[in-house]
Amino acid sequence: MMLLRHRRSWDLQERDTTPEALWASRRSFLRGGAALLGGASLMPSLSATAATGPAGGGLADPGPAAGGTPLAGVTPRPDLAAADPLTPWDAVTTYNNFYEFGTAKEDPARRAKGFVTEPWTVTVDGDVARPGSYDLGRLLMGIGLEERIYRMRCVEGWSMVIPWVGVPLAEVLKRVEPTADAKYVRFETLNDPKRMPGQAWRVLDWPYVEGLRLDEAMHPLTLLATGVYGRSLPPQNGAPLRLVVPWKYGFKSVKSIVRISLVREMPRTSWAAQAPQEYGFYANVNPQVDHPRWSQAKERRIGDFLRRDTLMFNGYAESVAGLYSGLDLRKWY
Amino acid sequence: MVLTGPVIPPGWFPRWLKPVVFLAALSPLLWFALRVVLMRSGDPVGVNPIETAIRFSGDQALILLLVSLAVTPLRRLTGWAGVMRLRRMLGLFAFFYAALHVLLYAGVDQLFDWAAVWADVLKRRYITVGMVAFLILLALAVTSPQKMVRAIGGKRWRRLHALVYAAAPLAVLHYAMMVKADLRTPLVYAAVAACLLLIRLRRSETRPS
Repeated sequence: MMLLRHRRSWDLQERDTTPEALWASRRSFLRGGAALLGGASLMPSLSATAATGPAGGGLADPGPAAGGTPLAGVTPRPDLAAADPLTPWDAVTTYNNFYEFGTAKEDPARRAKGFVTEPWTVTVDGDVARPGSYDLGRLLMGIGLEERIYRMRCVEGWSMVIPWVGVPLAEVLKRVEPTADAKYVRFETLNDPKRMPGQAWRVLDWPYVEGLRLDEAMHPLTLLATGVYGRSLPPQNGAPLRLVVPWKYGFKSVKSIVRISLVREMPRTSWAAQAPQEYGFYANVNPQVDHPRWSQAKERRIGDFLRRDTLMFNGYAESVAGLYSGLDLRKWY
Repeated sequence: MVLTGPVIPPGWFPRWLKPVVFLAALSPLLWFALRVVLMRSGDPVGVNPIETAIRFSGDQALILLLVSLAVTPLRRLTGWAGVMRLRRMLGLFAFFYAALHVLLYAGVDQLFDWAAVWADVLKRRYITVGMVAFLILLALAVTSPQKMVRAIGGKRWRRLHALVYAAAPLAVLHYAMMVKADLRTPLVYAAVAACLLLIRLRRSETRPS
């Protein structure tokens, strides 16, 4: 029997398993570039600085210093992996938009330290046959963890490539059995100002709410992540449970989820409510539809100096464009 | 608001004062350079250096602009006339950081693609506002030497430099328009700018003509 393998644009290729030396050189390039900004005379001392990337080879474990616990029994999904070098662990875990812990990029890593995620209960309600408050472990029990390397495009114009660990959202939804009335999925982040100091200030209308159309939620690329870089999620990345929808802007990928509701109406999502002329419900990555205040045609991959072209649906068009046939993407941004 | 007597003698201006203020105004840049060298884990300068540098230079420009606007009120409140001799330097530092801000944006971020920069200036209103503020600072910086004051004439020069009262609110507005949701920092700047401008308004009303 012949095995036919159709290469998709987001497939992992031979050259894509970035050796550590390459990470290291990226890192020192970064230092060099930053030095140019800060003062050119500093260059010689910097080029000699030892670079630090994630340790080990292949999909490196960032090590115990990184925090979290290594996740066992993770199946890699190279068939779903982005064809790009990974963004280093350090950048992934220190440059975060997670307003529940502050609005500066470096706030979450600092202020989410010690955020307790055990026990963690996820309430499932709305149009489902099996509603209830589930212990997170029980909700995911028996669903195999997968590693998926996805591009992440922030609406602000920067992007990363992140090795997530998680389960397909579809598997979880099947478990709770949405009824025929369910049209959308609504997600809610924890609302607890005592544990999330950023919520002391009403930057957004807490709790943070995001949503997907049911077919988007059931799409095989849509992931409920519990880990990153082979370890359980650090709190600043949305521990213990977050959504990852790689073809949409990052803010759709709601963090620290405590409620999943199957609903009939399009949910009122946080950013779309905050600034409806700037952020829509769909928020599909689309280089042709600008944010009113900046262009979305290009993005800066973290670690790169030059901007690169942003791809339609963040490069996942082949797989997801069909979800939106007949939908005016300018109107439904 | 009138103090009983000068807190600082009007003529007080020790020789070390100017170099110290110079270094103080430069220190944010030195601090930023140090951050680049140290590359501490978790410092956004290591992750997104270009954006971090642009934000940083913009912040410093705003701070120095407000500090230079505080000079005259400080003289009026304390009677210390010597502080006026720091005003030009502080204003030029505000311009220095603003120029760095614009150069980082146009040069490093947009790679001197002037067509793209011009399109941005026209299309993105917060950039339009910021650019107007910068052009004002540029005009004030160019006309700041004594020679220029004489060439232009004191009265006209003063009228030209009153444009700084427009530049400051425009710069704050530029910041506020750029922010995604958290308006706290721009509001602090706005409050400080408003105080510094309102003090002047009150003063000019009560001043005998």
